[in-house]
Amino acid sequence: MAFMTIADRAPHPRELMLLSVAGAVLFFGGWQLLAMSGAVSPQTLPSPIAVIGTAWQLAFEPFAGHTLLQHIVASLGRFAMGFGLAAAIGVPLGLAMGRFRLLDDIVSPIFEALRFIAPLAWVPFAALWFGTGIGGPVMVIFAGAFPPCLINAYRGAKLVEVRLVEAAQTLGAGGFRIMAEVLLPGALPSIVAGLRVSAGLAWQSLVGAELIVASAGIGYVMVQAQSNLAPAIVMAGMLSVGVIGLAIDVALRRAERLVKSRWGQA
Amino acid sequence: MKDIRFDNVTKSFPTRSGTPFVAIRDVSLAVAEREFVAVVGPSGSGKTTLMRMAAGLDHPSEGSVRVGGREVTAPGPDRAVVFQQFALFPWKTVRENIAFGLRCKGVPRARQDEIVAHYLKLMSMEGTEDRFPHQLSGGMQQRVAIARSYAIEPDVLLMDEPFGALDAQTRTVMQEELVRLTRKEPRTVLFITHAVDEAVYLADRVVVLARDPGRLREIIDIRPTREAEDWDSRPIDQVMDLASFTHLRTQVWRLLRDQIRPDD
Repeated sequence: MAFMTIADRAPHPRELMLLSVAGAVLFFGGWQLLAMSGAVSPQTLPSPIAVIGTAWQLAFEPFAGHTLLQHIVASLGRFAMGFGLAAAIGVPLGLAMGRFRLLDDIVSPIFEALRFIAPLAWVPFAALWFGTGIGGPVMVIFAGAFPPCLINAYRGAKLVEVRLVEAAQTLGAGGFRIMAEVLLPGALPSIVAGLRVSAGLAWQSLVGAELIVASAGIGYVMVQAQSNLAPAIVMAGMLSVGVIGLAIDVALRRAERLVKSRWGQA
Repeated sequence: MKDIRFDNVTKSFPTRSGTPFVAIRDVSLAVAEREFVAVVGPSGSGKTTLMRMAAGLDHPSEGSVRVGGREVTAPGPDRAVVFQQFALFPWKTVRENIAFGLRCKGVPRARQDEIVAHYLKLMSMEGTEDRFPHQLSGGMQQRVAIARSYAIEPDVLLMDEPFGALDAQTRTVMQEELVRLTRKEPRTVLFITHAVDEAVYLADRVVVLARDPGRLREIIDIRPTREAEDWDSRPIDQVMDLASFTHLRTQVWRLLRDQIRPDD
């Protein structure tokens, strides 16, 4: 009976917190017990405590040439470049497509076809064309991050009242000003939502992008650890990817809520 | 200052069925410099289309629209538009909204502030400059929109049912203020409305359109009566009680009445 009442109504925040913790304890506890039982060898499944211990150790002892922190910084740099490039091209292009029918008709078919190629599927091409230094990995991240930037800016621009654009035109505003002062602020809530999705996809594409990197990065750590048969390090890499991804999402969620509440008022 | 000339203007829109929809047929109309012309007509008489062509937001299918002797091809700050739904930028303050057109023109910051202050005072809106449009009443929002149009010192003012979204009292106050403003700082005005008394009260001439397709029905001269009886210095309720006013209003109303169908 007690369980039914919890399921039937929206849980209280404190209950929600408790449930989340219970889920985590169940998952990691089960994993820990499984690892400790000896049923699976540590070479196949290291315990969660061992994984965290490995991550801690990697923070001070270099693996694959760098400490974990240095690998994370390298990954974040690539992420920022790929995501930044996607936003810098996708948002203005999306706004312009929302405004100019001709551009929309030219770009849309190509875009619609290309966006079904998964970021990972760009890896061989990116390596061939842009190399394994900065260009290739950034290109792969870009491929993951670009579509939501463009789509949300486009949809946002389409939803801006035509009357506002016309008012700006009759007041003497040129194309650039209409874009920057009417379409961009008008589409901002939609754009910020798009950026959040885009950042998530960019971060998810990161490991794929780093398969072709030969120097540093979390993905590089994981590939190296795999060939060294060190599952604890592979999992420490996955743990880092998960935690940082979550942190990025939480930060952007907060930014999104801020913009929405301010724009909702305005 | 500039005049507006419509010469044999026809405007039709393509439709899905293939036969184009004719919004305006063969309309010729001239609005002199500093003249206030109100256009009334039933829905479907193309009055808004007429205004949009003068603004450069729509283009005639046949004939020509000229402002100050020059063919209208695109929107421009010499022809300011006041829209029925105000069309204020919701993310800009009152000050930023009024200054928008001035920034487009490249007016220096100090001069912008002067002009904004001038129109805030003229529209009795001092103290609201840092508010956002959603924090203002409908009447206040429309004042900001009018101030924004006036601020760029346009030759021509195009108003598309600007008081249509306001309640009756606010509407009356705004009509009075518009008279005050346009007599103080005259512009060439094309004023679209469906309210007959508003048209007669505000305009020098009232243009009555017929519909299906939209075409010119008749033009009624108001100005001689207005000047003879000095409407401008009387309060609006007094003017609307004058025999001369009701006579003109009835005249316009009769021209419209036989076009109104039960489905309107």
